[in-house]
Amino acid sequence: MHSQAAAVHPEVHNPALLHHFAEPQQQRDAASLGMWIFLATEVMFFGGLFCAYLIYRIKYFGDFAAASQTLNAALGAANTVVLICSSLTVVLAVWAAQHARRTMLLVSLVLTIILGFAFLGIKADEYKEKFELHHVPGASFQFQKSIPGHPDQMANPQHAQIYFALYFIMTGLHALHMIVGLGIFLWLLVMAWKGRFTPEYNTPVEMGGLYWHFVDIVWIYLFPLLYLIDLHK
Amino acid sequence: MSEEHKESSLTFYVGIWLTLLAGTALTVVAARIDLGPFNAAVALTIATVKALLVALFFMHIKGAHEKLLKLVVISTVFFLFILLALTMADYGTRAWS
Repeated sequence: MHSQAAAVHPEVHNPALLHHFAEPQQQRDAASLGMWIFLATEVMFFGGLFCAYLIYRIKYFGDFAAASQTLNAALGAANTVVLICSSLTVVLAVWAAQHARRTMLLVSLVLTIILGFAFLGIKADEYKEKFELHHVPGASFQFQKSIPGHPDQMANPQHAQIYFALYFIMTGLHALHMIVGLGIFLWLLVMAWKGRFTPEYNTPVEMGGLYWHFVDIVWIYLFPLLYLIDLHK
Repeated sequence: MSEEHKESSLTFYVGIWLTLLAGTALTVVAARIDLGPFNAAVALTIATVKALLVALFFMHIKGAHEKLLKLVVISTVFFLFILLALTMADYGTRAWS
């Protein structure tokens, strides 16, 4: 009886449809628009930092190149691969939710979370190395390195300190976003385990996915800008 | 969604994923070659292509139902462009450092 009524008036009986929306598609569109407007604010949030980075990189190019080469480009590349793989698992999770594949949804969410933790683990290792080398801006900052391509010229430590300040702030803010993303996906995992996501209603998975992809895109730009300056020298 | 679309959708996602991985490898290889002033441009171009792939196909901008969505995304990029371009124009046209 319930299914007969549902077939005639699916919207009326879809428990996920909120009263102020006329139909499920409109509700999905509203959620999507809201998330994208939030991502727009995030673009400006990171955009300001990228702008600062651009200005100082052009101004102190040699010093920035010297500082950049103390980073481990292999770890940076590995982290890029980790995030790209996690974007795939996210997209697979959304697909699984849309096609009522419970196991695939759960596995995809778990894999995303594992990859997220892998990224943070690699980042923590990199930070640890920076602490040991006294490359953290502050009282104990030390930097002795020549400018790549000009072995007779020493890099200016004050300018290198600006690079590291930007490095820690940008990757730190990014890591903070990763941690929030992990929280979101752990919550999604619990909801998915409880069976809350169906082909009719999987918006939280999609929206969480949008956020995760955005964090991936930020890293896609961070990696070449921070790690790959003048590597050929 | 029909049966044929299910599998083609999955293969498509895997294809985008492989392209993203190839782009990453290309970025690293290109960084090791001396292209003079073009190293940064090449790296940023590849990064932008990767970002576009993620945005259009993983974030489903392509084929999105809501028409206002594309306006929001384009506006975002536009305002970011203003932030970067006008700030650089300011600093770039100062004779005094």
